This record gives sequence, structure tokens and C-alpha cells, in this order.
Amino acid sequence: MKTYIRATGNISPQKSFGHQFLTDVIEHTGDRLTCIEPDYKGIIDVKLIRRMSRIIKMGVAAAMECLQESGVTVPDAITTGTAYGCLEDTGVFLTKMVEHNEELLTPTAFIQSTHNTIGAQIALMLQCHHYNNAFVHRGFSFESALLDGMLLLVEKEANNVLVGGIDEITNISHSILRRMDLYKRQQISNLDLFTTKTKGTLAGEGAAFFLLANESSSNDYATLDALHTFYKPISIKETEQQIVSFLSAQSINVNDIDLIITGRNGDIQNDAVYDQLQRSIFKNNSAGNYKHLCGEYPTSTAFALWVAVNIIKTAVVPVVISKAIKNKPKKILIYNHYQNIHHSLLLVSAC
Amino acid sequence: MSSPVFVVGLGAISAIGNNVAECLTALETEAAGIGEIKNLQTVHRGKLPVAEVKLTNEQLATRSGLPATISRTALLSMLAAKEALDDAAIKDLSSLRTGFISANSVGGMDKSEDFFAEFLVDNTKGKLRNVVNHECGAVTELVADKLGIKNYITTISTACSSSANAIFLAARLIKHNMLDVVVAGGTDALTKFTLNGFNTLMILDQQFCKPFDENRKGLNLGEGAGYVVLVSEKVMASLKKEAYCTLSGYANANDAYHQTASSPDGTGSFLAMTGALEKSGLKPSDIDYINLHGTGTQNNDIAEGTAIKRLFTDRYPKMSSTKSFTGHTLGACGGLEAVFSALAIKHGIIYPNLRLETPMTDLPFVPERKFLQNIPVKNVMSNSFGFGGNCSSLIFSKI
Amino acid sequence: MDKLIANLKVQIIEQLNLQDTKPEDIGDDQPLFNEGLGLDSIDALELIVLLQQHYKIKLSNAEDGPKVFKSVKTMAEYITEHQPKV
Repeated sequence: MKTYIRATGNISPQKSFGHQFLTDVIEHTGDRLTCIEPDYKGIIDVKLIRRMSRIIKMGVAAAMECLQESGVTVPDAITTGTAYGCLEDTGVFLTKMVEHNEELLTPTAFIQSTHNTIGAQIALMLQCHHYNNAFVHRGFSFESALLDGMLLLVEKEANNVLVGGIDEITNISHSILRRMDLYKRQQISNLDLFTTKTKGTLAGEGAAFFLLANESSSNDYATLDALHTFYKPISIKETEQQIVSFLSAQSINVNDIDLIITGRNGDIQNDAVYDQLQRSIFKNNSAGNYKHLCGEYPTSTAFALWVAVNIIKTAVVPVVISKAIKNKPKKILIYNHYQNIHHSLLLVSAC
Repeated sequence: MSSPVFVVGLGAISAIGNNVAECLTALETEAAGIGEIKNLQTVHRGKLPVAEVKLTNEQLATRSGLPATISRTALLSMLAAKEALDDAAIKDLSSLRTGFISANSVGGMDKSEDFFAEFLVDNTKGKLRNVVNHECGAVTELVADKLGIKNYITTISTACSSSANAIFLAARLIKHNMLDVVVAGGTDALTKFTLNGFNTLMILDQQFCKPFDENRKGLNLGEGAGYVVLVSEKVMASLKKEAYCTLSGYANANDAYHQTASSPDGTGSFLAMTGALEKSGLKPSDIDYINLHGTGTQNNDIAEGTAIKRLFTDRYPKMSSTKSFTGHTLGACGGLEAVFSALAIKHGIIYPNLRLETPMTDLPFVPERKFLQNIPVKNVMSNSFGFGGNCSSLIFSKI
Repeated sequence: MDKLIANLKVQIIEQLNLQDTKPEDIGDDQPLFNEGLGLDSIDALELIVLLQQHYKIKLSNAEDGPKVFKSVKTMAEYITEHQPKV
């Protein structure tokens, strides 16, 4: 199911928009990493922008940057993944509904709160009548959108697919998730995330889009060779088996992997899974991390994929990703789990 | 890739019945499920009619084996998904690669609303257990875990076409030989969020909805869940029962016209129907029945009707909107209507489009007004169109 | 009437989040929809709520919208005609 990643567009808590790749790492302090947003004027029509909440603007702008780089004006399909959807609009409508006791409500926030709004707005802007789907399955949201896109290419239903992973933090969601004890209680720098060895992680968000194509071009970032997800493994043994059989289905083994990008998020319990694997099947591999740059959120694998394809394209592993020096990686494995429920594996190779 | 995908199990719960048999009886006896709001706590009670499932959360919990404190959306989903799986009667399910692909529009919103009322007063208040399943995917997982399905689980949310898209993806995963069996469809419970949301759009009929009537005033919201069990040819061969039908065609297209409204000529609907026909290798004249999206809004029915007029030119299949019975169940409607489509093929029946008095003057056809039986129904098209221009058509075919 | 028109312009800009539009950019007789200010059906629904919220006027039939919301002036006239007497 090999596909080519022709272009990317990414709005994240790092300076990623405008195709910068971690040349100027941004430090955040606190328990929340907020996206660095571009000026949307010039990217999105002002008539549309006035109704868009932050996540919609981020999603649409990242998609536009991706399309622009790809040279594709209207993609053959659009698939998006978002675990939480348009939380700000949801919060606005819910708040008014409660405060005004179901009276004097206006439609805009309700309309925009729909989970497929970002994919729909992109279609509307491009006048794209093609396939359009939206996945909303927690830590599998982006992976589902990616799989759908890859299948469309195999089916020859599409020659190229625009795939995105988008999630936002709002004040409301942050205060609720904080009460669920997901985040660190002490104020730390995101760059110290892996040294504290305490409970909790940092809240993150982002909007990353990719143009997948079924044929190579001269300027692809990398190939996405395979994708696999597994749900609630019963033991670390099962996780190991899933990883080994994923690789063997690609006729390779862990020794063929030049860099493993893991989803470490700084929470000692969460990271125990990676610790165990780095003592067992990943023992001889160079490993890297990404969540100190974007924070933890259900579609963060999209940020990881952006990191992986940029490493392959630039042939440089930024020190902030991994200090284990192995320049010019040819094969990168992304292994992420979200709350030890949703596990995903993505294999990325040089073209 | 061209191997057929079989429909071998059906499960449904809606305002017209708590299982498939009850829904079928209501369709035969022309008994709509729309009425005054009874379960939902809202200021619109007594003003806006809705199509509620006639069981309380406690009753749903008892029947489903899930706790009454979780989202009604999950409770409805569990009952219908379980019924579908039981109906399929697949032995040794654990030896097969099984998936659960479910759709919904607002996840555990019914519980989030309760939480929010307290949270807004003081953000340290509100029971966290009421928001822990807010996400659409959480609802799917509650049911998947209870059913014991874990090979592949995902959730789709494209507003009112959600569950058609879930069924569509399920068939593709089987064709790609990634899964053997998939329970696919969708669920949605009535919530204040959606009721008020649609109310702001001024597209709710204050009387019972009249889809495809010249004087239609809007839709009635409903709730429910509908699932089909799809299996591969190999699994089909091992079953001792007959399949209801195959899923022979499917397509999704985008209207790309407006965030909520359909284009006047129904571009997206036309493309979805055309694409599904192409996939199935059928001609428009092969379609015996269309289960219309037919919400009863001015906009949907003229857009859908215009697209049908353009595609079928002069030989119109029988058609009806079963939303005149169930109300518009949003994320569940594609699943429920897939169940009704499969039953139409199996029993050779056509459902009536209730309360149709004055046919639309701009359309050259009139949906069926009476329940028909002993009709040869070989191919059924089921339409589902949602916000964001998301249009899907499925085609079910007799074996 | 002039005061009402001026207020309406501010309220419309706020309700519809018309960034970059100032009250003086909206002509009293300028069409609000389509080629005029470029508003659409969703805005019409927003304006219905605006009338309700600020002027206690309930436009129960959405089909009256196009007539009432033709321009700021027609809106002001409608308000003057229908506002409940205090």
C-alpha cells in the first residue's frame, strides 16, 4: 500500500507554517502548547473567515499550504481526522443554550460545530465535488483518515488525496481535561518534558495536512509504506507481536529501521510502554521524540508524520528530535499510543 | 476487489420500534413514531414534535446490559448492533477479523449537556463521568468493548450521511481483505444541542413532517440506531443462512455549494447516485426503489428531487422517505434506512411516504403513498445527504 | 430613525462578525444580501435573532426575511413599525 507524500502543510506550536522545519525551536512554559498561527488574510477569503473558529482556520490554512506545495488545485479526495472536532463552536453554542435557557440562539456556532466542517470548508473553497470523509475516533482519528486515503489510492478511485489531522485545545476542554489529571501540575518548559519523570503530560494541538499520491514525482518528501493500528493490547507482549508482524508484513525487521519516533509524552505511566520496548524489541534502535514540541493530543501522529517526512527529505535529524546521531535515515518507524488504548504504527521511507 | 459483500444481519431501534420486527410492523401498518417530547428535558416540549425511542435510559440499560448513566447514544447503539450481530448468527466470530464501524453526530452530548449546566456555574463542578464519553469515538468504544470487537474500530461523523459512509467504508475494508466481518451503521440520541441547533436553522416543522409535499415545512428530529452486518464471500459460504442482499454500489460526493444548504440542482446528490450506479454496474432503470433522504425541508426535497429527475429522466422507480415514520435520526439515518432497504428486498415490499397530500409541482414523479407488497424488488438505492455538502448513496441488490 | 439606522449598522457588524467593515461602509439603502454586502441565508437567520434580542421583535416566518432584510433602512422601518410600545 505504498503511497507518496508529495506535500505537507502544518500549523503547530512550533514555527511549522511556511515549511520551516524546527530551525528555531519554540519553548512554551505551562501545561499547554498553543499553535503559532499565521495571518490568515491572503490565505482564506475574508467572507468565509468571519464565521471560522480557530480550528477551522488552522485546518483550512494548513490544507491550503499543502495543496499549494503539491501543485494540485483540486484533490481527488479529502479525508480528515479529529477526535474532538470543533470544540470552540461546540462550547459557544452549549454555553448560550444553557445561559439563555434554549432561547435566542443563533445558527453559526451550531453549523460550524459539525465534525466534518473543516473538510467541507476546504471542498467549498476549492469547489471540490469529490469524496469527502471525516473520522472522529479518538486516538485513531488521523490514522483512520490516512487509511481511507491510502485505500482510495489503491482502489484507483483517486490519484491524490488530501489527508489531515486536526485538534484544538479550548479553555473549556483544557479545564475539563486538567480535572481528569492528564496534565503536569508543576509549571515546566516543554523542552524539559522528558526529564521531570512525573505524572502528567502537556496539552497540545495542531493541524497537519498531507497530499498523498499513488505515483512518484521528482519532489516527494518520502513514501508512506504502511499503516497499522491496534486497539487495547492485552499485554506488552501483544504490542511487541503487533509491531514485529507489522514490520514482517513489509518484509523487514527492526534492524532495518534507522530511527524510531515514539509518542513519549512525559507521563511516567504512559512512557513505561516505550521504556519496555526500548529494553526489548527496540533495544538496538535509535529513538526520537516529538510530543515535547506539539504536546499530547489524539491526532498528534499527524505531527509525527510531518517530522518523519521532513527528516527524510532534509536528511537531517534535528537534535531536538533525537540526540542519537544517525544521519540520513532511510527508514523511519513512528510508533505512538494514545492512553495505551489506541496504538499506531506508520512506516516512512526515503523515495 | 470486485468480490461481493453480503448483508447477513440487521439491527434497528427507532421511534417506530425497539427492534427490526417492530419497525417492520410499524412500516406495514403505517404507524409513524412522531409525537410530543417525553424523554428529553427541554423548553421545546409540547411545541416541537420529535420521533423519540419509546424507552427510558433505564429501560435501554436493562435491555443492553450497559449502565443507565452512560450516553443514550451508546445505549441505542448497543441494542441495534447486538441485534444485528445476533441476527447474523456467525459462529466462531472470535476466529474472524471483525470490525465495528459506527457513526454518530454528537457523541455523548446528551450527558455533556448535563455536565455543562453545572460546569458553567463553577468550572470545578459537574460530574466528570458525564463528559468522559463526550467524544464521538467514545460512544463507539463503549459498544465495541461490550460486543467484544477489537480488530478494527472507527467512527465517522459527516452529519446526516455519517452512517451511510460507515457502511460504505466497511464494505471497502472487506473487499481489501482487511476484515472478514463488519458491524456497520450509526446511532444518535436526541439532544438539546441538536434540537436547538436545527431550531436556529428554522427548518423544524411544528407539525408532523411532510417529505416531498409541496407544502412541506421542515423536518422532525428523531433518534435511533441502525446497523448491518457485512461479510466477505468466504464467510458467507460458511454461514447456514441466506443473506438479505449484497451491498453492490456506493459513492460519496460533495455538493460544495453551502455549509448547510443543498445546491438547487442537487449536484452532490446527483454525483453520489451516479457514482453508486457506476460502482454497481447498474443502469438507472435497474433501480426498483429509492429510500429517499427526504427530510421534509424545502431545500433538501427539491434538490434531491431535481437530481432524481435528471438521473432517471422518464422511468422513475418507486420511492419514499421513511423519515415520515422515524423522523430524521441524523447520524443513524443511513444505518436505519440500510436496514429498511435490505428488508424491502427480502420481503418484496415498498414503504409509504406518509402525509403526502400535494405532490411537488416541480417534480414529474410522486413518491408511494401506500404500503405495497408482493413487488419484485431487486435493487434499492438509499440516499443520505448531510451538512457540509456530504452526499452518499448506497445500492443494495438481491442475490 | 437615523439613530436606529446607526445602531443597526453596529449591531449587524457585531452579530455577523463582519471584520474590516465599518458602520460608514454600509449604505442605508445598500442591499445586504448577494452582490451588496454579500450576506447569505445563515446571516438572515442571525439577523432574525438580532431583531429578537435587541428589539423584541419575533419574525416567525423566515420567508419574510428577504423583504425585511433588504437594506438597513428596510430593517429600521420594520422595527419602527413592529416594535412593542413601551
